[in-house]
Amino acid sequence: MTGEELFKSLAESFAEKIQRKTEFRGETTYTIATNDLREIATFCRDELAFDYLLDITSIDNFGEEPRFVIVYALYSMPHAIHLRFKLHVSEDVGVVDTVSDIWPTANWHEREIYDMMGIKFNGHPNLRRILMWDGYPFFPLRKDFPLQGLPSEMPDVAFTKITPLEGGPFVTVPSTATSKDREPRARAPEL
Amino acid sequence: MPETHSTAYDSKVEGNVIFTRFDAALNWVRKNSLWPMPMGLACCAIELMATAASRFDIARFGAEVMRFSPRQCDVMIVAGTVTYKMALAVKRIYEQMPEPKWVIAMGACASTGGMYRSYAVLQGIDQLLPVDVYISGCPPRPEALLAGLMKLQEKISRERALKRQKPELVERLEEALT
Repeated sequence: MTGEELFKSLAESFAEKIQRKTEFRGETTYTIATNDLREIATFCRDELAFDYLLDITSIDNFGEEPRFVIVYALYSMPHAIHLRFKLHVSEDVGVVDTVSDIWPTANWHEREIYDMMGIKFNGHPNLRRILMWDGYPFFPLRKDFPLQGLPSEMPDVAFTKITPLEGGPFVTVPSTATSKDREPRARAPEL
Repeated sequence: MPETHSTAYDSKVEGNVIFTRFDAALNWVRKNSLWPMPMGLACCAIELMATAASRFDIARFGAEVMRFSPRQCDVMIVAGTVTYKMALAVKRIYEQMPEPKWVIAMGACASTGGMYRSYAVLQGIDQLLPVDVYISGCPPRPEALLAGLMKLQEKISRERALKRQKPELVERLEEALT
């Protein structure tokens, strides 16, 4: 099957479930609902040979509703084709079904999203934090989490303090000056 | 012609006796056999390994015996980014090292947090441990680590080791001598 045939087959099978299709530089992205994820994912793996889950990532559109977008990047080894799925997740729901039984590599990707963004995954076999420690009270990649961090304390396990940014953010001004003058410093960015 | 005798001269021990202060001898022994605890946490650890390897050869300064048990170490070389997740583990390892002990903060991250002005990174290991030598660089060259080690050796040789570590003994000696 060529790429067009693959996408045609997908569109025919799930005509009413694909909310939006976009193409950019030869790569196709489908926006689907969270409820249909597992069904479509299984179809993609078994029928269309998308056997490789490249990445799952999440986007925080703070201030918009629904707040989060989860992006699944798939690749088909036999066909050499990329495919992307986007899911919109509102903060109130904050739960998506796991695909870690469909692509085992999703296990750690989903743990990372849970750790950094606070989105939970239904049916995940081991949904614990992966980078921060169990009991850390914040989700650091959310937009409302401050750059310098927040203080926290777990006796005998770990603690965090607010980082001194000294008037940051740290910016590099492009110029032909020496590297001593060019290197990133705490300066007010020129707007 | 009068005959001269050197009263302090004894041919049997000549060349085998030196006079020095006790502290100086102790410090001399210590500074030339520092056993490092290689606390390699990031890319600085690669430079630490290079320093230990044949080209730079930290053995020239008597510090080649990297020990992975803190109970056998004298100096902790904190080489790399100390995250908050790791910070208390580093402190615990330091506490398991026997006295006397020293700490080298190797590189920008261990010294100040470096480029990681971040929620996840401790802004300098000196917030938890008493650091003796800071080494700049990101990562420092092996020469810089060796220079830092030599600075630490200088510092050790200036220490009043006995008085600091055995104050009761020194007190009793002073009483006995007066």
